[in-house]
Amino acid sequence: MSVRTSSAVGLGFAIACLAGSAGADVKIAFIDPLSGGAASTGILAQKTHQFYIDAINAAGGLNGEKLELLSYDNKVNPQESLIQLKRAIDEGARYIVQGNGSAVALAISDAVQKHNERNPGKEVVYLNYAAIDPALTNDKCTFWHFRFDADADMKMAAMTDVIARDAKVKRVYLINQDYSFGKAVAAAARRMLGEKRPDVTIVGDELHPLQKVNDFSPYVAKIKAAAADTVITGNWSNDMVLLIKAGKDAGLKVEWETYYGGSPGTVTAVGEAGVDTLKQVSEWHRNAAPELDGSVAAFSKRFPGKENEYAYWRAKTMWEMFAAAAKKAQSNDPVKVARALEGLKMPTSLGEVEMRADNHQLLQPLYVSTLERNMKYDSEGTGLGWRTDAKVDGKATALPTTCKMERPK
Amino acid sequence: MLEIVTVSLLNGVVYGLLLFMLSSGLTLIFSMMGVLNFAHASLFMLGAYLSYQLGRWVGFWPALVVAPLLCAAIGAAIERWGLRRVHPHGHVAEILFTFGLAYVIEELVTMTWGRNAVANPVPASIDFSLFTLFGSTFPAYKGLMMAISVAMFVCLYVALRRTRIGLIIQAALTHPRMVSALGHDVPAVFVLVFAIGSGLAGLAGVIGGFMLLTQPTLAHAVGPIVFVVVVVGGLGSLAGALIASMLIGILQTFAVAVDYSMLDVLNAMGVGVSRASALGEVLGIKLATAAPVVPYLLLVLMLVVRPRGLLGTRDV
Repeated sequence: MSVRTSSAVGLGFAIACLAGSAGADVKIAFIDPLSGGAASTGILAQKTHQFYIDAINAAGGLNGEKLELLSYDNKVNPQESLIQLKRAIDEGARYIVQGNGSAVALAISDAVQKHNERNPGKEVVYLNYAAIDPALTNDKCTFWHFRFDADADMKMAAMTDVIARDAKVKRVYLINQDYSFGKAVAAAARRMLGEKRPDVTIVGDELHPLQKVNDFSPYVAKIKAAAADTVITGNWSNDMVLLIKAGKDAGLKVEWETYYGGSPGTVTAVGEAGVDTLKQVSEWHRNAAPELDGSVAAFSKRFPGKENEYAYWRAKTMWEMFAAAAKKAQSNDPVKVARALEGLKMPTSLGEVEMRADNHQLLQPLYVSTLERNMKYDSEGTGLGWRTDAKVDGKATALPTTCKMERPK
Repeated sequence: MLEIVTVSLLNGVVYGLLLFMLSSGLTLIFSMMGVLNFAHASLFMLGAYLSYQLGRWVGFWPALVVAPLLCAAIGAAIERWGLRRVHPHGHVAEILFTFGLAYVIEELVTMTWGRNAVANPVPASIDFSLFTLFGSTFPAYKGLMMAISVAMFVCLYVALRRTRIGLIIQAALTHPRMVSALGHDVPAVFVLVFAIGSGLAGLAGVIGGFMLLTQPTLAHAVGPIVFVVVVVGGLGSLAGALIASMLIGILQTFAVAVDYSMLDVLNAMGVGVSRASALGEVLGIKLATAAPVVPYLLLVLMLVVRPRGLLGTRDV
C-alpha cells in the first residue's frame, strides 16, 4: 500500500463527509521520499504542499473544485518513482508534484511525456519544485514539465556574480556528489568562473559518492593541502552537514559557497564557525524581506517544532501560480492549465516571477546570503541567521536555453 | 607530500579506531555465541540517542556511563527473552530475528525522536582542539574516541585471555555441556556476553552520535562497514578486527587522497587507452571518487582468497 499520510486520509475523509461523495475533484500526486534517508526532506515538502493546497481549498478551491494531495513514497529511486507514477495516474491524479533528486525528475519527465503521447485526453502535468539539473529545461525539456526552483546554472550564475566582486577569492575547490546534479554544478562553476574571474585558480575538482561518506576528514585534508580559500559545493542533506562538520573539526578556514547551506541541520552543525563564511544561494531565506511572510508564520503555527522549520518558499509561488493559471484558463484541465502557465507573470512580496514560455523554467528573485549573528530571524534556534549579500531580480536570472519543445495541437 | 601523508595517516587511524569501536561488540558476540547480530548497528544508534537524551538531563559524562549500561540491559533482555527462544531453531532463525529487530529499533527510534537528525553537538567539555598538525586542528573528542577504542581492545583482550570468566566464556562456546556440568550457568554466560557486546555498541554510539549524525538512518550508514571489518578481520578474532579496522580506515583515507585513475596508470605504463573509448569511461574513474567502495572490494577479495579472514580460525 502506498504511504498515504494520515493527514491526507483525514482530509479526504473530511471532504468525503462534507460533499457526501468519494474524494476530491482535482487529485494531485506527490511522489517523493517518505521513508529512508531523505524522508525528512520529503515529509517537510509534503507538509508545505498540503498547507498551500489547504489554503486554495479554504479560498473556495480551483474553479469551484477541491484539491486533494495524494502521497506516494518513491525512496528517491527512479524505478520506484515510475511504479508510483503509474499508480498515481491509475488513481486519478492529473498533476504530479516531485522535487527530490534530478535522476528521479528526468525519469518522471520522460514517463509523463510518453503517457501523454499515448493517452490523449488524459494528459498529466508535472510540477517540479526542487530538482535542478539544467537538462530538465534544456535538452530534456518537455511541454508537460514546469520547474519552480532556479536550476543549477542560474544559481551558479548568481553565486559567481558575487565571487566576481570578491577579491579575496583566489583559489577555489569544487566538491560535489557523484551524479548528474553534482557534475552539473562542477561544470557550471568551471565555465562561469572562467568567464567572470579568469584569474581564479580551480585547485581541486572532487566528486564523492552520493550519501555514502561517513567521514569527510580525508576530503577536508585535501582541501587544506590544496590551500583553497573558497569551497563551492552543491552537496545536500547528510553530505552537506558532514562535510561542513569535518571542516569545522579540522579548523578549515574557507568560504563555503553552497546551494544547500540552509538545509535542515547545517546551521546547527556548523554553529559559530559558519559566521561570515557559510554562504548559500536560494530563492528565499528568513531575512529576505524585512518581515516574515504571514503564511510562513501560519505554517510554523500549524506544524511546530524544529524539524518543521519552513524551507519551501517556492511551493508558495508554485501553488499561487497554479491557482492563477487555472483561473486564467477557467478550467482545471491539465492541458489548459499548462497553456495558461506558459509565460504567466505574477507579483510576489519579493518581486515579480515569470514562468518562461520557451522552456518552462520559473524566473524568480534569487538571494545570495551569508550566515551572521544578530539577525532579526534566526535559523534552527541557533541565534544565527541569513543576511542578504546580493539579490538578483527574476528577469536577470534568465539564461539561454537549448529547449525545443513540442506543444500539443 | 609529507603533510598529506601525515594528516591522512592520522585521519585513517581515527577512522579505523571508530570502526573498531563499532565492530568490537559484534566480534565478541559472534566469537562467543556464534550469533551474527544484524541489530548491532541499531544498538549503536540506540546508544547515540540515549546519550543525547540523557546528556540533556544529567550531562555528558554521566550519560557516557549510563547510556552503554542501558544498552547492555536492553541487550540482556534481547538475549534472555528473544534470542534464547530462537536459538534452538538454528542460525537462519537467529539471523532473521536480529534482522527484524534492526527494523523494529529503527521504527521505535523514529517514533520517539522523529525522522530528522537531533541536535547532538560535541559536549562543551571536550569541544576544544587537542593539537595542531600542519595547520589542521585535531578535536579533543576524537582523542577521547581513540582512547576509549584502545581501552576497549585492551580490556576485552585481557578479560578473555587472562581471567577466569574469560576462560569460562570461551569454554562455554565449544563445550557448553561440560561447562554446565562443572556447575557454571551457561545461559547466564550467554546473557552476559550479549549484554557486554550491546554495551560496547552503546558506548561506541555515545561517541559516534556526535561524530556522525544522530538520526534514524545512522544504523544503515554504519551497518554494512561493520560486517566488512568482522569478515576481513576474521570471524571471531578481536585482534583481527582491530587490524582490519585500521587497514580499512587507512586504505580508505589514502584512496581519497589519490587523484589518479587506472587510465593514468595504464598510460604511464605505455598502454594507450583513449578516454573516449568504451573502457575509458570505467578506467577513467579516479581512485578518490571510488574510495568508499574500497572496503567492499577488500571484502570480496578476502572472501575469495582467504575466507577465514586475516586472523580467523574458521571459514565464514
